[in-house]
Amino acid sequence: MAAAATCGTGAGSTASMASEASKSNVTSFQRRGPRASGTDSGGTRLVSIAGTRPSVRNGQLLVSTGLPALDQLLGGGLAVGTVLLIEEDKYNIYSPLLFKYFLAEGIISGHTLLIASAKEDPADILQELPAPLLDDNCKKELDKDVYNHKTPESNVKMKIAWRYQLSPKMEQIGPVSPSRFGHYYDASKRIPQELIEASKWHGFFLPEKISSPLKVEPCSLTHGYLKLLQFIQNIIYEEGFDGSNPQKKQKNILRIGIQNLGSPLWGDDVCCTETCDNSHSLTKFLYLLRGLLRTSLSACIITMPTHLIQNKAIIARVTNLSDTVVGLESFIGSERETNPLYKDYHGLIHIRQIPRLNNLICDESDVKDLAFKLKRKLFTIEWVQDNYLRQERNIYPPGFSYLLKQKDSAWGEGSLQHSTFLMSFLAKATAFASRLVRHGEPLKQTGSGRIRQAAGPRLWHDGRRQEAPGFLGISP
Amino acid sequence: MFPELNNLLNITPDRAEQGKLTLLCDAKTDGSFLVHHFLSFYLKANCKVCFVALIQSFSHYNIVGQKLGVSLTLARERGQLVFLEGLKSSMDVFFQANEEPHPLQFLREANPGNLQPLFEFVREALKPVDNGEAVWKCPVLLVDDLSLLLSLGVGAVAVLDFVHYCRATVCWELKGNMVVLVHDSGDAKDEENDILLNGLSHQSHLILRTEGLATGFCRDVHGQLRILWRRPSQPTAQRDRSLTYQYKIQDKSVSFFAKGMSPAVL
Repeated sequence: MAAAATCGTGAGSTASMASEASKSNVTSFQRRGPRASGTDSGGTRLVSIAGTRPSVRNGQLLVSTGLPALDQLLGGGLAVGTVLLIEEDKYNIYSPLLFKYFLAEGIISGHTLLIASAKEDPADILQELPAPLLDDNCKKELDKDVYNHKTPESNVKMKIAWRYQLSPKMEQIGPVSPSRFGHYYDASKRIPQELIEASKWHGFFLPEKISSPLKVEPCSLTHGYLKLLQFIQNIIYEEGFDGSNPQKKQKNILRIGIQNLGSPLWGDDVCCTETCDNSHSLTKFLYLLRGLLRTSLSACIITMPTHLIQNKAIIARVTNLSDTVVGLESFIGSERETNPLYKDYHGLIHIRQIPRLNNLICDESDVKDLAFKLKRKLFTIEWVQDNYLRQERNIYPPGFSYLLKQKDSAWGEGSLQHSTFLMSFLAKATAFASRLVRHGEPLKQTGSGRIRQAAGPRLWHDGRRQEAPGFLGISP
Repeated sequence: MFPELNNLLNITPDRAEQGKLTLLCDAKTDGSFLVHHFLSFYLKANCKVCFVALIQSFSHYNIVGQKLGVSLTLARERGQLVFLEGLKSSMDVFFQANEEPHPLQFLREANPGNLQPLFEFVREALKPVDNGEAVWKCPVLLVDDLSLLLSLGVGAVAVLDFVHYCRATVCWELKGNMVVLVHDSGDAKDEENDILLNGLSHQSHLILRTEGLATGFCRDVHGQLRILWRRPSQPTAQRDRSLTYQYKIQDKSVSFFAKGMSPAVL
């Protein structure tokens, strides 16, 4: 699978990057420059920025999102110069986790951080970042988890849909040392204070930055967004992330994190009413931010409470203006919480959009049904079909009839025995197995159970139409 | 350009039609490969192209163009391509306090009235050079994409007016072509977008509509393309011709096949 391929080459290229960081002169490792210098990168250029790696597909510079599983699903990582939009889950429990993983990854890799929030002080957000799991601890944690939930299931052989046993599994990448790409974090521990102090960060806390509202000129952007945009532009310009300052020798990545964008705390009423006055404020802000990011060495994560946005058209526009969109759906309070299918998981994760950058195609993962769980300390993402198929009987219970589709033929109905037999046939190609659909409520017997015999030589043998004994000896 | 798509549309770079408005529409999928196709097609056909690129950067189109066999930097230097990069100039335009005119000055305004500066820019870019020699064939205007203008605060009617002005100048006066991309919001009821899409559908000569498969994601078939030839000037005495194909996008090309005839299934 493509994921395995990126794993392998990822290890290879980080190894070469490690050696290159030490030499930093001439190496055989070359890649196309980031889009920041797209206009003058006629050929190749040598870049060595810690915590980044080139994409396997087109040499695009990637940074880790802080979750190696999510990196795999996004085709290797988040591209520099793009926006990762996280659609928050309903009670905002898991999206701050992804936000913090992104920032913690920035601290470990030595990137500069820019944290913007209207709700929490960025200094407090920094204190709550998770601690990284380094080599030995990580290995112990992973082994424990793998042992616990692998043993019972891997022994169960699929009887009917046996093809699913060969399906892709979300392999967890082994633990990595601090100088590599993508780390694991312990959500129960706080990041050590010395790491925070050694890092470079800028905070934007909206209540502090907003001056008295008297001086506000009417503008198309909400005041909060305007200030944030100016702040980001200043940081990018002053610290040389857009390449405009030739004195800056050390090239680094700016990781921008914006929390709860679009919520009423930012002064935007897109979540409050369906027809708002400043309905273009949010989309305009995203467009201008995109312009800023494309011309600088930065990556941005935005969490947005899209479930609160009343006007669904705005969500579509926001999705078009963002590059990578990931939606979180937690099971808390929903009917799925009691569904035995999802008993090990905390929610579903939807990869709604992956950008096609410098390319006609993108690295879309084949697996679409993904669930996440916050197990003890690690945030893992798994293909929910694994669990799905562990309970075959629950999925195809007897008493129901099943609509089957065979290759190139119409839908037909089958009895349960017929259906389970055919299932094994059809499941030989997993694409077809998904066409097995439960037809409806269990059928009550409506007729007498009598079977009329087809016309044959002895049908009118006795002067009466012959009848076969009933298949079901049940009287109506 | 994609040779298979040229065959389907029955056009070649030597024999490009003139005075046509082509509408690219995508619903639940990404139709930007069509923009790359038409950009490289018209550059290879030796036409003068004005590209209003609002959604992606120049280097994105350049790198994909190189895979398709055209060099945008070279075309820009030669004067064949006039490229308006929205992303690069957006921040500068927005924060410029003075009243300097700029094609994208609607970004500054709270309620932009019309897109006249943008139209002036297009007209200036595509007007024939005065020395009389016809270096390039017909002028072409490419816009990627129009739905973004709605997100930036411009009204649907203003965008339709802009398209109308451009059509009068580029298609009728200068005998050139226009290609515009509009997103179809589908389930999300985006009324402004629907107004824009319906208005453009009635005006255009050729509609290329890419849709995602109704059954969801498929690794081997990325979507479905509907081609609709129209004659907006005549009353619909003859039926408009329509064809449907499914496609798969590869690294440097797109392969088209009839519905259900994907090589992976056969």
